[in-house]
Amino acid sequence: MAEHGQHSVQHAAAGEFDNMELVHPKTFLGKYVWSQDAKVIAIQYGVTAIAIGLVALVLSILMRLQLGFPNTFSLIDPASYLQYVTMHGMIMVVYLLTALFLGAFGNYLIPLMCGARDMAFPYLNMLSYWFYLAAVLILMASFFVPGGATGAGWTLYPPQAISPGTPGIDGGILLMFASLSVFIAGFTMGGLNYVVTVLQARTRGMTLMRLPLTIWGIFMATVMALLAFPALLVAILMMLCDMLLGTSFFMPEMLNLGEPSAHEGGSPLLYQHLFWFFGHPEVYIVALPAFGIVSDILATHARKNIFGYRMMVWAIIIIAVLSFVVWAHHMFISGMNPYFGFLFATTTLIIAVPTAIKVYNWVLTLWRGNIRMTVPMLFAIGFIFTFVNGGLSGLFLGNVTVDVPLADTYFVVGHFHMVMAVAPVLVVFGAIYHWYPKITGRMLDDTLGKIHFWVTFLGTYAIFYPMHFMGFAGVPRRYYGYGETSYIPDSMQALNAFMSVAAIIVALVQLVFFYNLVRSYFHGREAGPNPWQATTLEWQTEHTPPRHGNFGAELPVVYRWAYDYGVPGAKHDFLPQNMPPEAVEADDTVPGRRS
Amino acid sequence: MASNEPNVSSPRQGAPGFIHDWSAERRVFNVPWGKAMMWLFILSDVFIFACFLVGYMVLRMSTVEPWPDASEVFALTIAGQSIPLLLIAIMTFILISSSGTMALAVKYGYANDRRKTAVLLLITALLGASFVGMQAFEWAILIGEGVRPWENPWGAAQFGAVFFLITGFHGTHVTIGVIFIVIMAVKVMRGSLDGQRPGFLTGRKGNYGMVESLGLYWHFVDLVWVFIFAFFYLW
Repeated sequence: MAEHGQHSVQHAAAGEFDNMELVHPKTFLGKYVWSQDAKVIAIQYGVTAIAIGLVALVLSILMRLQLGFPNTFSLIDPASYLQYVTMHGMIMVVYLLTALFLGAFGNYLIPLMCGARDMAFPYLNMLSYWFYLAAVLILMASFFVPGGATGAGWTLYPPQAISPGTPGIDGGILLMFASLSVFIAGFTMGGLNYVVTVLQARTRGMTLMRLPLTIWGIFMATVMALLAFPALLVAILMMLCDMLLGTSFFMPEMLNLGEPSAHEGGSPLLYQHLFWFFGHPEVYIVALPAFGIVSDILATHARKNIFGYRMMVWAIIIIAVLSFVVWAHHMFISGMNPYFGFLFATTTLIIAVPTAIKVYNWVLTLWRGNIRMTVPMLFAIGFIFTFVNGGLSGLFLGNVTVDVPLADTYFVVGHFHMVMAVAPVLVVFGAIYHWYPKITGRMLDDTLGKIHFWVTFLGTYAIFYPMHFMGFAGVPRRYYGYGETSYIPDSMQALNAFMSVAAIIVALVQLVFFYNLVRSYFHGREAGPNPWQATTLEWQTEHTPPRHGNFGAELPVVYRWAYDYGVPGAKHDFLPQNMPPEAVEADDTVPGRRS
Repeated sequence: MASNEPNVSSPRQGAPGFIHDWSAERRVFNVPWGKAMMWLFILSDVFIFACFLVGYMVLRMSTVEPWPDASEVFALTIAGQSIPLLLIAIMTFILISSSGTMALAVKYGYANDRRKTAVLLLITALLGASFVGMQAFEWAILIGEGVRPWENPWGAAQFGAVFFLITGFHGTHVTIGVIFIVIMAVKVMRGSLDGQRPGFLTGRKGNYGMVESLGLYWHFVDLVWVFIFAFFYLW
């Protein structure tokens, strides 16, 4: 049997390198709607994710209006406020950031940067997008069912998620479960594709240790997602049974508004463990692609190789592994065994080591670099600041004794918005400014981009920095209104109003960004194939934007890593990955140097 | 050939071979893409079943009610004799046998023996279907005795919940496997794999590697059953 298998494997292997069966569609529908081209799928993913993200942005503004100017807007009642909190969180974390980083950037960049003609399984890839779209539509539908969307908080903790008194326990929570299940199914199809493509479909010369860090980040995040989403799926299925079949997985015996419930003996703590076994890796599923992309933007625009490439790769891998053993730091006040707390606090603080290595390496990459203050670079540097700020407040929350008084206050809201909302979104913007010229063939406008950056960057600090002080003052999160709460000083209301105004300004400045996207598509400066003089393969394609199949008749051959900027003795300050050693021209102007 | 083809096969064993594979260009594993994908899917699915089983263990250990005794609950009464675990022993035997027929189908597939491959695939599907049928039979007995997802006559209410959910989830895996094996058997019989005919949905050429990938899934479903068997029937 082994020899038969071996024979066939060799046969299949020879055919797979550059004989990918690409389906070339002829109709408009086949090219742009039911497309199997990873680049088109990437744009479909991106547009859908940003559209749903705008819904979540509007929800956050509605929340801020209520918090900043209580009892002014009659359309926001306590129930709808809770629904906004829930949907804002879930959409932003799962449907925007996960889909955008892995679905959009993953699809666009993995085949191009690895030197493949397409993803390994283009049909499955297409299916992945349509599942994602279905998940988004189901989620949107939950706003319109009787009782509205669920208001259980994005963590969907039982028992309250499915108990009377919580908004949306009729249709809303059901549609949330359905949407997440469809999302997970669709993501699995896409995720298998990304991992197989990175592991098995690279071009000649492209070893794993020559991959750009963008691909490393997306790759490890995808592996984590494939292992973390199962826990969420299991938790959802069990809660669905509790809700529909009357089982008691998570539901304890209790009184609901004075009535005894039909459940007995379930463990709400089990749900929390399952949820956070997904939920904590999810943080890094969002963060690792951002880490990778920011490394590439910094190196390209500082004209310098990334500092400590190997260390950066290992840091990504170590973070990915460690993030599976820290989940219970979200549960310090949940009533779990206190000894667990010490264990999880320790693993949590250990994660700070590889993360700090990455931050040092980013800063050292900038050190004495030939920094070009382009718009993507501004966003990348903004990311470093924001990520350090958010990371430091994470050290507070990682310690049990400090976490206990701060849990469920605005300190937590400020922390995670800095570290996993603002920081990755800054990278998303930076990445769009960086790769838009390759996707469309035109440059985005610089002035508009700088306005967008400065208002967004400073504005988010105006929104989220005061939250830390509110947290120290003990202001609890997720509350519709505070009324006459004696321990909360009146100044907190002034702070809230200030934050709300800042939030509205930041939301409005995004219109500049969208205007820039549309205007530059038609009137932007021609970009040429490689406007940033970058080394990675996606900038070396024959056509800009790249056509179906990505590269010309021959796949590129890779001779070097992705960070040959400012190589001593070379005539040009960057050497593309596919430039053969004999093609490198020596710099004759510097005496005593040769290539 | 020699100059254009990369050195994909690892000549070394153990740690040096591992390092060689992972530092190679183009590919890490010397297998077709479909097989690599199936391994990754199985890894992801392992986490689903692991979460289910860990959840079951937590619930079983934390409940204050007595847990129903497996050797009494799952006994069959034949000719007035209560024989513990009889049905489940037969089911397990059938499912593990089907792994054997599946492995033979893969072997004859690579030998391009269409008829034997198709027959073995159909036998595998038949064994799988009879497993699901016997599971339905067992469910019917338990439901007849008053076991419900929310209660049962013998103790902790979670018994019915975890039993139906986890065996049901596994049974769904078996059912999906049976459907795909039947489809594959039809493909083999028609000669779609030899002729590399494009697939109905994907439009991509078939090959016997697909039989092997399907086989991997089938063996995985069998292996998971061994764990479910141990945790539900022997604990």
